[in-house]
Amino acid sequence: MKTKFYIFICSALLLVTSCSLDNFDEPDAMFSGNIVYNGEAIPVARNQVRFQLWQPGYALTAPIDVAIAQDGSYSSRLFTGDYKLSFVPGQGPFRTPSDTLYFELSGERAMDIEVTPYHMIRNPQFSYAAGTVNASCSVEQIITGADARVVERVTLVINRTLFVDVNSGDEGSLAQVDAADLSDLDNLNMSVEIPTDPKKPDQNYIFARIGVKMVGIEDMIYTQVQKLEF
Amino acid sequence: MKKYIFTILLALILALGCSKNDEEFLDRPPSSILTQEQIFTDPSAVLSVLGDLYNRYNDFGTVEDWPSLARFNVAYWSEAGRYPEFQNDGWGFGEWGTWDYGYIREINLFLERLSEATELDEELKARFMAEAQFLRASYYFELVKRMGGVPLILESETYDFSGDASYLQHPRETEAAIYDFIISETDALKDILPTDANSKSRATKGAALAMQARAALYAASIAKYGATTPQVSLPGGEVGIPASRADEYYTKALDAAQSIIDGEAGAYDLYTNKPNLSENFSSLFYDKANNPEAIFVEDYLVGGGKTHGFTIVNQPRFGAEEEEGGRINPSLQFVQSFELLDGTYAPLANEMGGDPVYYDNIGDIFQGRDARLAGTVILPGTTFKSKPVDIWAGVVLADGSIVSGDSRGQEKTLPGATGQVQVVGFDGPIDGLEFTAQTGFYIRKYQDPNTGSGRRGTQSDVWFIRYRFGEVLLNAAEAAFELGQPDVAAGYLNRVRERAGITTPLTASDVTFDKIAHERYVELAFEGLHFFDLKRWRLAHIVLDGNPINETEVTQNIGVATKRETQPYSIWPYKYYNPGDPNDGKYLYKISRLSRITGADRFQFGNYYSEIGQNLINNNPKLVRNPNQ
Repeated sequence: MKTKFYIFICSALLLVTSCSLDNFDEPDAMFSGNIVYNGEAIPVARNQVRFQLWQPGYALTAPIDVAIAQDGSYSSRLFTGDYKLSFVPGQGPFRTPSDTLYFELSGERAMDIEVTPYHMIRNPQFSYAAGTVNASCSVEQIITGADARVVERVTLVINRTLFVDVNSGDEGSLAQVDAADLSDLDNLNMSVEIPTDPKKPDQNYIFARIGVKMVGIEDMIYTQVQKLEF
Repeated sequence: MKKYIFTILLALILALGCSKNDEEFLDRPPSSILTQEQIFTDPSAVLSVLGDLYNRYNDFGTVEDWPSLARFNVAYWSEAGRYPEFQNDGWGFGEWGTWDYGYIREINLFLERLSEATELDEELKARFMAEAQFLRASYYFELVKRMGGVPLILESETYDFSGDASYLQHPRETEAAIYDFIISETDALKDILPTDANSKSRATKGAALAMQARAALYAASIAKYGATTPQVSLPGGEVGIPASRADEYYTKALDAAQSIIDGEAGAYDLYTNKPNLSENFSSLFYDKANNPEAIFVEDYLVGGGKTHGFTIVNQPRFGAEEEEGGRINPSLQFVQSFELLDGTYAPLANEMGGDPVYYDNIGDIFQGRDARLAGTVILPGTTFKSKPVDIWAGVVLADGSIVSGDSRGQEKTLPGATGQVQVVGFDGPIDGLEFTAQTGFYIRKYQDPNTGSGRRGTQSDVWFIRYRFGEVLLNAAEAAFELGQPDVAAGYLNRVRERAGITTPLTASDVTFDKIAHERYVELAFEGLHFFDLKRWRLAHIVLDGNPINETEVTQNIGVATKRETQPYSIWPYKYYNPGDPNDGKYLYKISRLSRITGADRFQFGNYYSEIGQNLINNNPKLVRNPNQ
């Protein structure tokens, strides 16, 4: 009898609590898209570049950080409402739109954000030969004039997993090498030996990408990650 | 009848029990609370309140918190729970933030109440006032170093419960304005505070001038080197100082430092009480008797209720007074940056043309270097508290293979031998084993040689020096150099270097920015100052650029201010075992990176000034965010 009584109490409690009255609706809008230049997504390092969403109209305004994924895409699940979008000054390997974007969000919304990168990496080529990854590319300067930035280094990064960048320590980079000669930006070549680690299992593929660092700009611009099988 | 008696008695008790003096009778002064009047009429009570304010002095690095002295890969942290610090790749923007306006309010209240006090001796009152103002300026200095310009609140404020708190919300001052406040405040205080070189733990003229010199120097270098990183500034000047003000601040720094050097603030000088230069350098930090170098310190007293555990956590593990120690392990890069006695840089000679160099004694590889090396670091083959440390990593056999152990002082049988012998030191180094000297070194600076200092029941009362004469000399040298007086700079640098045993004095043409940066790096290491040097020279994002260090570059570019410092490296001594060979029993050294170090620190532009928390901005929307956050 007593047990039944407790079961009854418990189930009653379960029923009364967590009813729809005392819960908020979950965020239902999806905001996604790419950071693009002329329609082409700009790959960056994972979780390094972000923009901020603000929802005006509330007493306390805190920014909602949206991180850009390494392929240049972003997505954020949000509440339906009016938002404004702005970049933190100095973020990203690009010049951001200077004016704040206002938009209304409900349901699914895909929006590409147009920015102007300082440089773009063109024609990246990756190849594998005898334990070495070779890569070549050219770097095209987009922004010229007073705002132009000089290329500081061009780096080939390889990793065992899909996440490849120079910032995440061993997590993002198994090995990396800088291009030795930056005099001809149309013809850059790098090659890096794949280090062997007896503690890690052999695998017959590797991920690679090229990154370009500009003087005075913290974030690097990358190519898309390329999987090399051998 | 009986009833009446009771009634009458009751009536009498009621009638006699109360009198018109009842109110006085019940109104007793509380015995556990002192009123404002009681405190501000009694000098010793005022001193107690002031003592509390002194106790709350905010230090970036302090012996009470050992990691705070050994950040930024100058050392490895040999404690299992701290390895993740070497596996991540940077810091959050909120790191190193401070925002204790409660402390400022209490100082302001103290000043206001003290200024209303009438029964105190005027001279004493002026000194108390000046000391509190000194503490307030010190905290604003700490704030501006970490946060940039902050609201400057110089009087206590009270909320009027009107529902509108906007009159309490103050915007941030410019970074320059806070530095100007510190400089003008110390100018006003220096002649009120006592000129007494023997008063170390209370504010003196020397302390005020030393703070002024440091603050002016920081402001000057932010003005000068901030120009190289325009990203690290705000349009309103809350962060960043105009480059045009650099010379003005450098002049101020040089003047303030020179007035200490010239003895205007009392008989301060370099500490030179011990004949052995290395011992002299280490005892400068623990010798409290006749120490002319310390200017302003946080003092401790065993048996007086104020002690710290710096020696407990850092004592050599072998023969330690507790089952712990050895946490701060200075890096190879730090150790090799100490110059040879002739003033040249050289890596530790562990290899020559690809072959190992064999040393007769374990410590020979460190011979002939700047005496501060052995004064700052416990090297293999040296002693602490007269006990030798036992740091060696294993035995190298004739074929180059290594026999080592995974517990301290482990014994194994070597090939071709009978019986077990020890194959690793009792202090390690063993990769990944906490409390062993994992880089090959322990820290010596601030370790207390007294018996009991490594016991939890006793602890240490070595003081923490906030300002010392050696730093004043280096501040003067830097300011003079930047003002185009390299001969003056060389003179000050040579005083510091001579004490370190360096035989070749610098000439005016030898003085470069790198030389000054290097001298501060080795002289002021583990004193909580290196970080602010990196910040104010805007070098932090270059030195900590997030790239791992490879084995070839680690021994190169010694003494270059922009040398990468993202990971600490190790150098381990090994015994050579090859009976019959002339090198048998000698020592060789191998450079390596510990397996636990997988990250490489990256200092972002947003790290230069700590983030002002969202809760603070919610409370005061006038606060602007720091750049790049």
